[in-house]
Amino acid sequence: MTQTVVVDPITRIEGHLRIEAETDAEGRITQASSAGTMVRGIEIILRGRDPRDAWAFAQRICGVCTLVHGIASVRAVEDALKYEIPANAQLIRNLMIAAQYVHDHVMHFYHLHALDWVDVVSALKADPKATSQLAQMVSPSYPRSSPGYFADVQKKVKTFVEGGQLGIFANGYWGHPAYKLPPEANLMALAHYLDALTWQRDVAKLHTIFGGKNPHPNFVVGGVPCAISVHPEHKGHGKGPHYRGGEAATSLNMVGLQNVKNIIEQMRTFVDQVYVPDTLAIAGFYKDWGKQGEGVGNFMTYGDFPEKGMSDPSSYLIPSGVILNRDLSTIHPVDLHDENQIQEYVSHSWYKYSGGKDKGLHPYAGETEFNYTGPKPPYEHLDTAKDYSWLKSPRWKGKAMEVGPLARVLMLYAKGHEPTKELVGMTLKKLDIPVPALFSTLGRTAARTLETKIIADAMMTWYDNLIANIKAGDVRTFNETKWDPSSWPAVAKGAGFMEAPRGALAHWVVIKDGKIDNYQAVVPSTWNAGPRDSQGQDGPYEAALKGHKLHDPKQPIEILRTIHSFDPCIACAVHVTNPDGEELVKVKIK
Amino acid sequence: MKDHDTLEHRLTQQGISRRSFLKFCTAMASLMALPPGTAPAIAAALAQAKRPSVIWLSFQECTGCTESLTRSHSPTLESLIFDMISLDYHHTLQAASGFAAEKSREDAMKDFYGKYLLLVDGSIPTKDNGIYSTIAGRTNLDLLQEAAKGAAAIVAVGSCAAFGGLPMAKPNPTGAAPVSDLIKDKPIINISGCPPIPSVITGVLAHYLTFGELPALDELGRPKAFYGETIHDRCYRRPFYDQGKFAKTFDDEGARNGWCLYELGCKGPTTHNACATTKWNGGAGFPIEAGHGCLGCSEPNFWDAGSFYTPLAAPTSNIGAIAGAAALAGAAAAVALSAADRAKKKSLQQTHEKLTVKDISN
Repeated sequence: MTQTVVVDPITRIEGHLRIEAETDAEGRITQASSAGTMVRGIEIILRGRDPRDAWAFAQRICGVCTLVHGIASVRAVEDALKYEIPANAQLIRNLMIAAQYVHDHVMHFYHLHALDWVDVVSALKADPKATSQLAQMVSPSYPRSSPGYFADVQKKVKTFVEGGQLGIFANGYWGHPAYKLPPEANLMALAHYLDALTWQRDVAKLHTIFGGKNPHPNFVVGGVPCAISVHPEHKGHGKGPHYRGGEAATSLNMVGLQNVKNIIEQMRTFVDQVYVPDTLAIAGFYKDWGKQGEGVGNFMTYGDFPEKGMSDPSSYLIPSGVILNRDLSTIHPVDLHDENQIQEYVSHSWYKYSGGKDKGLHPYAGETEFNYTGPKPPYEHLDTAKDYSWLKSPRWKGKAMEVGPLARVLMLYAKGHEPTKELVGMTLKKLDIPVPALFSTLGRTAARTLETKIIADAMMTWYDNLIANIKAGDVRTFNETKWDPSSWPAVAKGAGFMEAPRGALAHWVVIKDGKIDNYQAVVPSTWNAGPRDSQGQDGPYEAALKGHKLHDPKQPIEILRTIHSFDPCIACAVHVTNPDGEELVKVKIK
Repeated sequence: MKDHDTLEHRLTQQGISRRSFLKFCTAMASLMALPPGTAPAIAAALAQAKRPSVIWLSFQECTGCTESLTRSHSPTLESLIFDMISLDYHHTLQAASGFAAEKSREDAMKDFYGKYLLLVDGSIPTKDNGIYSTIAGRTNLDLLQEAAKGAAAIVAVGSCAAFGGLPMAKPNPTGAAPVSDLIKDKPIINISGCPPIPSVITGVLAHYLTFGELPALDELGRPKAFYGETIHDRCYRRPFYDQGKFAKTFDDEGARNGWCLYELGCKGPTTHNACATTKWNGGAGFPIEAGHGCLGCSEPNFWDAGSFYTPLAAPTSNIGAIAGAAALAGAAAAVALSAADRAKKKSLQQTHEKLTVKDISN
């Protein structure tokens, strides 16, 4: 008997995602449909506004990968205006983006993804002593590994469970045979779930020092808004208006800089001593997930972390390119400005195109309007043969692309980046799995961990460079030359891109007479979670789910594992949309 | 739920002494600006409390408010969900998905009818029958109305749920509305901010759980303890404002000296929030301290109140709520006035647009 399994809401993600999967008589998924069910219309809201304000609006596309849309937005405006930013601003942005990766990936692993692999209830059966031995074997250097520590965690959870109010742990698929970890490993992971919560609060402070708060730190077109209030020529005497450094000036004083350094160390320690060892330990029990959940087999990156500015791609830590059909020997170049490369389709989305629904459009020419043709809520099923999502289907030269950690690690690997090759080699060896196992749910989750280490390790270099600049007397953080809109051309257009934790992200902006004329964002989760296109090609989520065998369709943990391995961010994915006709007229008045 | 399942009992079981517990209560009292004698009352209330059920619904949101909640240093998210509340439904944090998740919500609504606290983040789209956001095939409005019925009170977390926020910014493509426009028969607390300060979210919850009643609210439904004063009035850069010393760009001498950001568009004078006192992320700073002006994110319609970089067009002494304070300042107000006039002229030249007091004070 075939049946349709609906998972809505998919939880432990950002946003509102629905999966409908058709299964055959054996419970194997034959077709999956991924639907984004929330839309706000941020692009239309952006029209007519000051491009210098756009980052704040765009940033609210997402509060989980907070900052990524802010960065993409200021870069888009800077690209349009050919606006260079000072070296210090570049370094500070790199540090902030890197901090986002480390923070976001660790939280994803422990707080969003772990419960797919870790059985909380089983942890109650663990022996704290044996757990301690396991923890010390997995990570000899992490100090929180005594039997007493695990006994305390267990007691806490036990009290909680016995109280009868399970809260966020209620109705989990506890005891499902797909959970393979022994009780001790479950307890260890649960302890680290709590440790990671504490840790993330502290490391989020890096954004506060540079950007004033987290979530949603502040940015500025032309640099960074955090003036450096430390200068070697000044001794910092007196507390009057000429006082520099210390608490009276800005948060980027000597204390702030020292805190940044401490946070970087705190990040690296947690990644090295907890995140990487846990990933490898848990993965060892789930090697069969190295054989499924691949997706489309095409991977794309835009590149990020410039040493010398966005205009010099050769200085990026993460290179840009496209890998087709798993072929790591050929890297195809990506051009965001080429109107024939990146296009968005709406064949199965709730939008209209004036030239017909089967056409693809480049973001500069992006033209869409809401056209909901789905069932009237409340509904049981979507008609997945027709339109079924608020997400569009982006394609590169007509092909579906996976973006994100796996794409980046493959790109670094293919380009011969030594630390990546070493880490990937170590992982494959330790897990005793072949290279093709990377193209899987397990590979995707492992890639996320490995790139976190690569990026965390790079942070100290940027910090040292920042300090060296300040020491040499360079405290510039902002370039004022193009701040005034009267210095801008009448019409300008630009693309701002970055590697967000969830994958390649770009914003396209058209500026006319100092105001935003058109704004388009094509975001990682749209690439990954988008619906089928006019050719019937699946999006990466849809392709990845095919062939999954559901042990119990009422507890579709298999679907959650693969979907969570992508780290969905659905508010991002349906950021956007242009206006419907009526609204368009209103906006044009501006 | 067992009788012994009170907060104090649970803490004792976890090896937390009564002394530490009382210290926590004192810290809470101080955080909420309550008289010192209140701490024992808090302790007594919390020691008796069973964990009340909390249902958290997410609508047109970015999850920034939930992320902010996880950043609270005191009380922490862990202590909140293990010791203070039973978080029975929360998309981002809960283990269950799909049918099982919806069951958690339905169970909590039934078992704790009339008693649970309903938290909402995100605005609610009302245009075209609400098709712009659905969960489990149902519209946000449908889900909100259903959950509101049995709620003891509703907490609108973040500016989207409280005031409509970004989705409601012009031209409001999806007909987004705040909770208070749609639910009229329940007490509603607005914890505004984009996102709200982490410890303000948990602090307001702790207040409600402690006293079993809503904290004192301002005319916009915000707890006075956190939104009673403007950021400007509590800003550490305020002396420079009074002296007429302003940063003119983001990295000039003034910026590096920590001078006032008024001329760079800071909305601190019209924004009621606790950023300058409570600060963010365990006291690591707040936006003005890091060099960017306040965006005004805890005020209604701040997205449509002119550019973030356009200086407030009128001296703050003209803006109703804080008129008294400025009048007292005498000479300082005169300095401010001339600075404001300069700023206004400059901004109008720069942006070719007309900004009125109404734009920033509504």
